[in-house]
Amino acid sequence: MSDLTRLTISQARAKLRGKEITATEITEAYLSAIDRANPALNAYVAVTGDKALDMAKASDARLVKGEGGALEGIPLGIKDLFGTEGVHTQACSHVLDGFKPRYESTVTSNLWADGAVMLGKLNMDEFAMGSSNETSYYGPVINPWRRSRLDTVVMPTTHQGDGGFVSAGGTKTQRSLDNAQLVPGGSSGGSATAVSAFLCAGATATDTGGSIRQPAAFTGTVGIKPTYGRCSRWGIVAFASSLDQAGPIARDVRDAAILLKSMASVDPKDTTSVDRPVPDYEAAIGKPIKGMKVGIPREYRVDGMPEEIEALWQKGIAWLRDAGAEIVDISLPHTKYALPAYYIVAPAEASSNLARYDGVRYGLRVPGKDIVDMYEKTRAAGFGREVKRRIMIGTYVLSAGYYDAYYLQAQKVRNLIKRDFENVFAAGVDVILTPATPSAAFGIADEDMAADPVKMYLNDIFTVTVNMAGLPGIAVPAGLDPKGLPLGLQLIGRPFEEETLFQTAAVIEQAAGTFQPEKWW
Amino acid sequence: MSVDVKTVKRVARLARIAVSEDDAERMTGELNAILGFVEQLNEVDVSGVEPMTSVTPMEMKKRQDVVTDGNKAADIVANAPATEENFFLVPKVVE
Repeated sequence: MSDLTRLTISQARAKLRGKEITATEITEAYLSAIDRANPALNAYVAVTGDKALDMAKASDARLVKGEGGALEGIPLGIKDLFGTEGVHTQACSHVLDGFKPRYESTVTSNLWADGAVMLGKLNMDEFAMGSSNETSYYGPVINPWRRSRLDTVVMPTTHQGDGGFVSAGGTKTQRSLDNAQLVPGGSSGGSATAVSAFLCAGATATDTGGSIRQPAAFTGTVGIKPTYGRCSRWGIVAFASSLDQAGPIARDVRDAAILLKSMASVDPKDTTSVDRPVPDYEAAIGKPIKGMKVGIPREYRVDGMPEEIEALWQKGIAWLRDAGAEIVDISLPHTKYALPAYYIVAPAEASSNLARYDGVRYGLRVPGKDIVDMYEKTRAAGFGREVKRRIMIGTYVLSAGYYDAYYLQAQKVRNLIKRDFENVFAAGVDVILTPATPSAAFGIADEDMAADPVKMYLNDIFTVTVNMAGLPGIAVPAGLDPKGLPLGLQLIGRPFEEETLFQTAAVIEQAAGTFQPEKWW
Repeated sequence: MSVDVKTVKRVARLARIAVSEDDAERMTGELNAILGFVEQLNEVDVSGVEPMTSVTPMEMKKRQDVVTDGNKAADIVANAPATEENFFLVPKVVE
């Protein structure tokens, strides 16, 4: 039997419905793949094998009766940020030690209602704060992609019968994998690695500044952050509530569309959940983009951007033009202020959201001489460095005397960023094309980034504007760099026009193909 | 604007995070790097611009002011580090 883990969701769905395979078979295939790969990749922080097999068995019973849901029997990985009843939910933080919620998040409830199977919880940056998945309490996730180089190999000389040595006269080139370990991006690094390395058919993820799109770009997978309000935030551990959105990471555009359809809903339990029906995103795939107006923002051409990123962008432009789209140059003048504004707004909201981790109601408690001492010791031991840094920044910018200078100013700039987008959409632009990241995946424990937190933050330079304006954005793989690493393009759409993103991303995918890492693990 | 070690310790106290002398020294440098980075926002002309209050223009949902949930004390304390009879236990706060 061929490897069931290689099937896309749409392929598996057809085989499950056609009774060619069972949910139990495909779930077992994933569980054994996780078993073999996880020691090397560290994508899962908890594997729920028994639960997965129970869910698969129930799926099989429904499939036999022809009653399967939209995701019946499809094995998924769930980012550790989503509350899953009775199952490890710690946002990969030490402060939530042992936390097993008594409730299920709306997004995961939607997936289970459609018949999906949970394989386990996926590694991530602690509280989704990071761009490399190195801030996790459970250690870094490893990218299944490695750099490779083209070597010219001289063919060995051959021994001639008469005692002389004659060269075979040939050289050949071969790609050899470098051993250096790379980051999968973050914060949804576990989700991206698990999808890319065939350790789940698809995964849930969340995106506050780029945490779905950047890891998707680093691993050759598709990731979409929908419009703010499209997926319910209920039951998801909060980082920055005005920016957080859930979305899927998948192997191709169609799978991402299938997953988002199930994840999205109108939820009375989230006051920011938008009251709009969820469209059939999959139906948008394959629709022609002839006549569509694609904006190319000049501000995304940043100093020091590697040549291959510019080349990729140009390739993307050419593909869309060839498909009949009209390419227009646009300006989003406040782009450069999005990242600094984000580093006020997001830490401010985080400092407030993370105030609840005090050693009283859940998770870790470190005893102290009085209650304040207990709070301080618990939080000092429970939070990692990056999380503390952001709580400190947030506390500072919200403190008396600084609120206007920092927070209010940032929220005003945020409105200007949003207005930039509104202006180009009002001028008839349907979708905006940009690179997804300023570079390909970098090495684990990169010294420059460890020395300067701002360097790490710059990873989100192309994605963070989208969160600030609440818009939908998708990262789609578009090619490999000279070292053989995947690179992604980003498409940004009007609010609630995810269908346009799927439609356009499918055109890029058709031209670029899909990308799988060479297996070394 | 930049912070000194004394300010960092005060902010840590506000955030209820215990910091050692070394932590405070290190954090001062890191926080100043970030504050230096966000400084550029001051060059933006925001005259006449309202601060953002809602990313999507929408009316906040309201529900009927009635009891819709409850009787789950055991669930609520289930994850607490220390409880007694459905109460959270904390160190003594009143002498």
